[in-house]
Amino acid sequence: MSDDRGRGIVSDLDRRRPAMRWSLRLTQGVLLLATLVVGLGPILWTAKGALSSTQELLREPLRLWPSDVRWENLAAAWTELRVGHYLLNTVVLVGGSWFVQLFVAATGAFALSVLRPRFGRLIYGAVLVTLFVPSTVSLVALYLTVLDLSLVDTPWAVWLPAGAHAFNVLIMKQFFDALPRELYQAAQVDGAGPFRLFWQIVLPMSRPILAVVSLLAVMDAWKDFLWPMVAISDAEAHPLAVALPRLAETAEQNQVIAGMLVAIVPPVLLFLVFQRHIIRGIGFTGLKG
Amino acid sequence: MTTLHRRPARDRPREASAGPVRDGRRLGLPRRRPRPAGWLFVLPMVAVFGCFAWWPIVRGAVLSFQRTNLVEAPVWVGADNFAALLADPLLWITVRNTLWFVGLALILGFPLPILLAVVMSELRRFGGLFRVLVYLPVAVPPVVAVLMWKWFYDPDHGLFNQALATIGLGPFLWLQDTTTAMPSLVLEATWAAAGSTVLIYLAALTSVPGELYEAAEMDGASIWRRLWHVTLPHLRGVLLIMLLLQIIGTFRVFTEPFVLTDGGPEDSTVTILLLIYRYAFIYGDYGTAAALGVLLAIALGVVSAVYLRLTRKWSRA
Repeated sequence: MSDDRGRGIVSDLDRRRPAMRWSLRLTQGVLLLATLVVGLGPILWTAKGALSSTQELLREPLRLWPSDVRWENLAAAWTELRVGHYLLNTVVLVGGSWFVQLFVAATGAFALSVLRPRFGRLIYGAVLVTLFVPSTVSLVALYLTVLDLSLVDTPWAVWLPAGAHAFNVLIMKQFFDALPRELYQAAQVDGAGPFRLFWQIVLPMSRPILAVVSLLAVMDAWKDFLWPMVAISDAEAHPLAVALPRLAETAEQNQVIAGMLVAIVPPVLLFLVFQRHIIRGIGFTGLKG
Repeated sequence: MTTLHRRPARDRPREASAGPVRDGRRLGLPRRRPRPAGWLFVLPMVAVFGCFAWWPIVRGAVLSFQRTNLVEAPVWVGADNFAALLADPLLWITVRNTLWFVGLALILGFPLPILLAVVMSELRRFGGLFRVLVYLPVAVPPVVAVLMWKWFYDPDHGLFNQALATIGLGPFLWLQDTTTAMPSLVLEATWAAAGSTVLIYLAALTSVPGELYEAAEMDGASIWRRLWHVTLPHLRGVLLIMLLLQIIGTFRVFTEPFVLTDGGPEDSTVTILLLIYRYAFIYGDYGTAAALGVLLAIALGVVSAVYLRLTRKWSRA
């Protein structure tokens, strides 16, 4: 981190002092231990719980690793709790939400930034306003709207509202705004229409921002709880996140924890693989805030 | 927000007549054909925002003055919903609980990420590892995080009580006690949210120019004084925005009380959003639920406006 910008609060001169060196080393050790326990610990606990017997889980919560590893818990969760079924529901909801978010943000931002239709600035303003209106005002009304459109209990009830995500439009538009305008003009002179301009020039150049928006969209959709619970009343169609609290009340506990593990693994893997993009996206969020 | 490019097209005087001037003209692009494409591209966004953002906001406001049971046509009831809300003793308990949650979440959750980010940016090793570890809890879906913590808080078999028992403390009731229930929720919520704030601060810290530290050091400023007089003032824009976002975010807490305590024990963790949920989806009283949503939005709007006004002077770095 420090290497990114040359120097921080503590200077090289400070670092040469033995007392400083030792306290930095101590801080480093303490922080490493603390972040391991607090950050990784609960996830490892879930993995352990998923492979333990319920009795052991209750009797010896402090045990670091199960006395006998029960892989069959995962299989039981898959077949008896039908974790796989709910996971598929989650994947369908997340996939659709991702596509709608990306489609709406990319086309909308392209129009606002490049094509600039009449009233474009007004529309953009109206989009940004929704950033400042807390979703609590509209939760109930959104539900009734979805009900009126007879989308309730269909995946569309989750997919379409996901598209109304002003932040995506904002960062997409800022990215398109920063692309050189000569490019658009050159393409126009070459006879490229707006569709070719969008598809063959702007989109291929926008891979970084498409990646950031995609990752944030997938992570957000995977975490969603209240809205899918409200919008999808059919328990069979619930995503894993909504099904788990219900299952936790009745089912065998180690199977529930196995289900929790299944819900954790995909977003955590996604984060680990794409952490650079995600961290950049988050830094972006803050700097632009 | 800064505009990266100043576009010459925008500065061009717009034609006074609203005649056949096409949009392409304003772009400085060759004007060869009419451009309905702009509208075609903007249409999905307008449709989705129209149906699922703008209309629900308007409808929420309208709904708060109506009574509806989804079967018969909605009836105008004036301010009855608001009156019913204000007469509900649970409302005041809820408001107090929510303020308590927000206050605790700020005391714990505002300084902690700053501290972590500053320390992490000063350490020269494991930077990437720290960032991953700190962010991991954010990657865990909130419901799963809450279910995990439910296990940790279990009075008989939970991790916390067992661990504390080894040093002779406890057992504590955590979620089952009216005094510890809310702080327990705050602890979980802070664990779940702090990581992304740390990363935002880390990104902001890279923008502090090294020369400032050098100059401060030349003047004999100690490490603490450099932190206090260089780092924090430089971050104040981000800090002020993050504080506001944290206030707004924590006001809308739902998953924690819903899954961990369902508002209990003795209503000590019913929050505003949980009450909205109950009004709408348990009692089927959509009008009153919408009214409470409107009140919360107004309250947050007032808080934000006052906050931005008060801090306007300081936020300019």
